[in-house]
Amino acid sequence: MRIGVDVGGTNTDAVLMDGMRVVSWYKTPTTPDVSSGIISALEHLLQESQVPNDRILGVMIGTTHFTNAVVERKRLIPVAAVRLGLPATESLPPMVDWPADLRDTLGNHTYLVHGGHEFDGREIAPLGEKELIDVAADIRSKGLRSVAISSVFSPVNAGMEERAAQILGEEVPDLFVTLSHEIGRIGLLERENAAIMNACLGDLAVRIVNSFRDALRRLQIDAPFYISQNDGTLMNADFAEKYPVLTFASGPTNSMRGAAFLSGVKEAMVVDVGGTTSDVGMLIHGFPRESSVAVAIGGVRTNFRMPDVLSFGLGGGSLVRQNGSVRVGPDSVGYELTTRGLVFGGDTLTTTDVAVAAGYLELGEPARVAGMDRDLVNRTLDEIQRSVDVAVDRMKTSAARLPVILVGGGSILIGRPIQGASEVIKPDHFPVANAIGAAIAQIGGEVDRVFSLERLTRDQALDQAKQEALSKAVEAGADAATVQVVDVDEVPLTYLPSNAMRVRVKAVGDLVLSERPLAV
Amino acid sequence: MRLIYPENLEDIALGAAVLGTGGGGDPYIGKLMGIDAINKYGPVQFVSPEEISDDSFVATSAMMGAPTVMVEKLPKGREIVDAFLALQTYLDRKIDYTTSAEAGGLNSTTPFTVAARLGIPLVDADGMGRAFPEIQMVTPTMYGIAATPMAIADEKGNASIINTMDNHWTERLARTICIEMGTTAMIALFPMTGRQLKESMVPGTLTRAERIGQTIRQARQQHENPIEAVRAVVGGFELFRGKVADVQRRTETGFARGEATFQGTDEWEGRQLTLRFQNEHLLAMRDGQVVASVPDLITILDAETAEPVTTEGLRYGFRVVVLGIPCDPKWRTPEGLALVGPRYFKYDIDYIPVEERVAQTSRAVAV
Repeated sequence: MRIGVDVGGTNTDAVLMDGMRVVSWYKTPTTPDVSSGIISALEHLLQESQVPNDRILGVMIGTTHFTNAVVERKRLIPVAAVRLGLPATESLPPMVDWPADLRDTLGNHTYLVHGGHEFDGREIAPLGEKELIDVAADIRSKGLRSVAISSVFSPVNAGMEERAAQILGEEVPDLFVTLSHEIGRIGLLERENAAIMNACLGDLAVRIVNSFRDALRRLQIDAPFYISQNDGTLMNADFAEKYPVLTFASGPTNSMRGAAFLSGVKEAMVVDVGGTTSDVGMLIHGFPRESSVAVAIGGVRTNFRMPDVLSFGLGGGSLVRQNGSVRVGPDSVGYELTTRGLVFGGDTLTTTDVAVAAGYLELGEPARVAGMDRDLVNRTLDEIQRSVDVAVDRMKTSAARLPVILVGGGSILIGRPIQGASEVIKPDHFPVANAIGAAIAQIGGEVDRVFSLERLTRDQALDQAKQEALSKAVEAGADAATVQVVDVDEVPLTYLPSNAMRVRVKAVGDLVLSERPLAV
Repeated sequence: MRLIYPENLEDIALGAAVLGTGGGGDPYIGKLMGIDAINKYGPVQFVSPEEISDDSFVATSAMMGAPTVMVEKLPKGREIVDAFLALQTYLDRKIDYTTSAEAGGLNSTTPFTVAARLGIPLVDADGMGRAFPEIQMVTPTMYGIAATPMAIADEKGNASIINTMDNHWTERLARTICIEMGTTAMIALFPMTGRQLKESMVPGTLTRAERIGQTIRQARQQHENPIEAVRAVVGGFELFRGKVADVQRRTETGFARGEATFQGTDEWEGRQLTLRFQNEHLLAMRDGQVVASVPDLITILDAETAEPVTTEGLRYGFRVVVLGIPCDPKWRTPEGLALVGPRYFKYDIDYIPVEERVAQTSRAVAV
């Protein structure tokens, strides 16, 4: 059996699955320390189902913590963004196209240093080692603890990024270092953006992954745990701790796959209403529609392979304000809903209070909102409905009517028909679709290797890399019948005498339902 | 005359990337550089060819090299101005205007940097009405206008003046220098009079690009089909719909060269299209049959959003639509075809206009 967990900004959801069957599920507010929320959800699951701990073979955790931190500009640490590329690249320095508030949150510490490579492996300039000593001194004097290093054409030659990391590491002890070539591909700005975002999440990554570890240890669950990545596959915990940026967009991927699984519908729009935000995306053949163009996260452009999703500030904890017109969100009481919401005896008017007043559900003490002004209730519901209609319309790629699958705890806010929907489906277990998506996550196999083209043709090298990636995915626990290549990236290394190329291939398949641990 | 502000550049770069047929550089980088220049030095005066006097003096500004390099080795920023000033100094006379050599995501905005920094107006024209890989491949060549004297500069501080006997030699010598500079360089070339510009260049290309960009943006906003909107505004034909199955791409002899293969989806299920490129898309073959070739435009759009996809941005798995777009009539003359027809690129086929090829093949749908 497996446990899927979704740690959101508002709620922590957990689901226990036996193969493809949902055995039990539980939803509890996310706690400030994260781990006690997970503990209470998992304790409840195990107690209710009477399943002994040792039958749990794996715990899959999806979390929006890192995305939220960037979107909310909170819990981020200042970053030294060091680019090796002078005299080139000066016209567009690091973070040039970032929203100013996010750049300010990170402290605007950018450094341009001589170095980088031409596409053919020549140096643009020798690495500015003395400049790096000065950069290190500045980093020390500013007390920065995290650095992102990017170098021109580092996917072709990573040597300068590694040397710079060594110099800075020697000068500044205990520095959290992110190297751009380890998380990105060709495209300097997008790769560097990913590296800087990863760097600003350094502290949070250690804290969150430790709280996951801690929770499982205290529950005496020995099974390995995994964290969902942006493309819906799993990574192991140590990897996630180093590369938190790879979790971006895993939330919407999980909820969309969960929605497809629960409803059995393969062509549809999915609306996932959480506690703080809602995500809208489109399912094509049962998979989230991926974005071909660069995706902005918190206003920052990246080139990860991830679903095209629209997020907006509507959730069960969204604040409702009346000031002439009615405004809903984008801020939310988050996990404090059960203390601050009116129906829970608090003093803050939230969307959940309005839904209770409208009779959509019973929660807390409905009497506390029984006398709510009907006009306010109606106008709030109008506003909620309008925001959902607009979002669904924006994400649809044709005017044809499509089914809309509603999932997430906050979807109780939506009680009216949705514009442009052929039908509205609220499947069983809809409040925990996201955790279910995590539990049925796909398994990936990756190859990143340099092939010499002396004895192999290009096609042979590509075939070899694809076969390796496919078998790696199957070895890691993917069902051989479903596994397929989803990404191929080829970088010619013309500077090597044998006419070499670097090939990166990713293969992905559905989780096999045998009772054996994964090898991710 | 009108003034161009940062918000106009977004539409221009987007639309020019449609005309760029896979080449001409990344529209995002083009937009950022143009916006940066306008923010620092003020809006750019934008004039139509009729507005400039016959005896005024003009030169084109462009980036040269492989787009695969441009997305990594971003410019220092002043090399484009260095090249322009080097040409002006060599000619020993003020150049009154600059204009575009080609329409492409980056090269449509490159001249804006020069215009903003030097405070000179930009003429709404270009030498192609699209993008092509080589220097001599511009309409002024057909009118006997020399590409040289030409200036070329890099980010390291190197610059050179080139004088050649014809425009083919300009390409050969400049390409060699460009490769040594790292396969990107900034150039100023085709110095000519206002009268020569009016006679030889393709007028209104940037306004056309802006209109295409606006069309895409508005279609997305109003939730219309953006692919159909682009097809209608450029008068093109949908040649294929499919998924990228393979991209073979090498930076060689100063260009991004290669081939991409697409597996059909929707009504093209089970069929295949291959695309050859040298910076720009040159030839599209569907199930082994040519469906479009240079000098007509072959443009790849994201199947959902109609975002133009450049050759360096093509990635395994992308879902795209392939459009064929008729080129400027100047290219369909014998002189034009000698310069940029399929045989120049060593494809042993006759040029047949894309609209005729589409009419011949029953399966092609002009949606």
